[in-house]
Amino acid sequence: MTELIATGLTLRVGRATLVDGVSFCLRPGELVALLGPNGAGKSSLLRASLGLQKRSGGTATLGGRDSERLNPVTRARLVSYLPQIRSIAWPNVVRDVVALGRFSHGAAIGTLREADRAAVERALDACDLLHLANRRCDTLSGGELARLHCARAFAAEAPLLLADEPVGGLDPFHQFRVMDITRAFVGRGGGALVVLHDVALAARYAHRLLWMKDGRIVAHGTPDQTLTAERLAAIYGVRACVDGLRVALEGAA
Amino acid sequence: MTSPAPLVVGFVAATVLALTAACLLGSTPMGVERVLAALIGSGDAGDRLVVWEIRFPRALAAFLAGSALGASGAALQGLLRNPLAEPGVLGVSATASLAATFFLYYGFVSVAAWGLPVAAIAGALAATALIAFAAVHTRSIITLILIGIGIASFAGAAMSLLMNLAPHPYALSDMINWMLGSVANRSLDDIALAAPFLLCGLVVLYGTRRGLAALTLGEEAAAGVGLNLPRQRLATVLGAGLSTGASVALAGAIGFVGIVAPHIVRPLVAHDPARSLVPSALLAGLLLVLADIGVRLIQSEQELRLGVVAALVGAPVFVWIAVRRQAARD
Repeated sequence: MTELIATGLTLRVGRATLVDGVSFCLRPGELVALLGPNGAGKSSLLRASLGLQKRSGGTATLGGRDSERLNPVTRARLVSYLPQIRSIAWPNVVRDVVALGRFSHGAAIGTLREADRAAVERALDACDLLHLANRRCDTLSGGELARLHCARAFAAEAPLLLADEPVGGLDPFHQFRVMDITRAFVGRGGGALVVLHDVALAARYAHRLLWMKDGRIVAHGTPDQTLTAERLAAIYGVRACVDGLRVALEGAA
Repeated sequence: MTSPAPLVVGFVAATVLALTAACLLGSTPMGVERVLAALIGSGDAGDRLVVWEIRFPRALAAFLAGSALGASGAALQGLLRNPLAEPGVLGVSATASLAATFFLYYGFVSVAAWGLPVAAIAGALAATALIAFAAVHTRSIITLILIGIGIASFAGAAMSLLMNLAPHPYALSDMINWMLGSVANRSLDDIALAAPFLLCGLVVLYGTRRGLAALTLGEEAAAGVGLNLPRQRLATVLGAGLSTGASVALAGAIGFVGIVAPHIVRPLVAHDPARSLVPSALLAGLLLVLADIGVRLIQSEQELRLGVVAALVGAPVFVWIAVRRQAARD
């Protein structure tokens, strides 16, 4: 079973400590939401745990192996990564962009092997993109683009997914759709760590919540256990009314 | 439908035709049969000399120089994710020709003939490495192009200084050749000197093609799908530096063909940087062979330089692409 396990993970850049002794794990079959204000170190935590950014201390293992020492292809087969910056440099068609997700399997667009082609079609189907497969990606709407990036990530068919704000900038309907797609991935046995800013959305979808502030994990548990008005005040500095998993934000504290 | 194979076959056929046509042109009028006979090694000894020593090397030099620039342009555009990146615009060609001129100027050529391509390649590598290093630290392509313009301006100024101090008119005329770009009077020996470096560069660039496609997603996501980013950067810099440097050693600094050819090819290969590499190289080579035929057809007292013609056509295309890109972003 492929797990991502970070222990005492620390990342310093210059004099700033972006991630400060963070421990967490991600297993297949669970959806974990990483919550925290801007600048809490969420993106840095993802990069450092993947081994994409050199950590200053602690350990992070993927499938039992040090993530920093994994070669990029092996890493990509264990975990798909959806960074916050999601640009597509050229006006490629949707199917070709999704096929780029098969890079770690040796695929090249235009000459896909049968296994790669099948994985691309499955990913397109999972993200409801089959009818757009031949559209140029510069003609897609924001919601369609978000699904395209999900499909690109799923095409690798890696057991784990790390997604940095996959619903950023989407309307409520498309936020639900992307989260449904992610939950379906978890239902198929995948493990997903998703950075979210919408606490209610996280509470509705995630099995566990990781609350992060100033580079540290300050709370960790199921939504029932950790979602309180006090927590929202402490983490985000907002007044909120919490009733079970329902959250109503009322203003800055 | 978007396979590059028909494109490659088409460009190869057109190149063979263009190279043959180039052999038909010259001060001694020779019929098609005489040229073809000379090309396949039979026919009159004088004809063979004219075709194999003068006309064919010139056309082949134009093709090789162009293909190196086309491949370098396509690869740099893939690496920097911008259609305006090109050895000429980024100052790589100018630095290479500065290094070559410096080498010539101080008479090192008499020490070792192979030193000339090596000097040009060293110049090209230095500029490419500087750009790639800057690319790691800035996300803005505008900044990169400005850095390239800065490098090109500096190389141009240093070149003017060398010209200013030129000891005699012959040295000056040599330098003008380097600056403006020309394949006049190239011999098979000149080609033999530059070609190994040029081909090495092309092979390295060909090896990076899947990585260039992955970079479509941006650097972070490309690393996420399994690309070894530092190795990709290094290989692209090395390949572009080697082939551009060798191209400059062969033909001087010829700008813009590395922008024009990939720009034409890209829509034909579904905008895939990997599949645009080989057709871009072939088309750029073909364009320079045709441009050189044009240079020779236009009757003028002083022969036009190939690089001047390439820039006259290429620079407006550069501006056009830049304007259209801006319009698309707004």
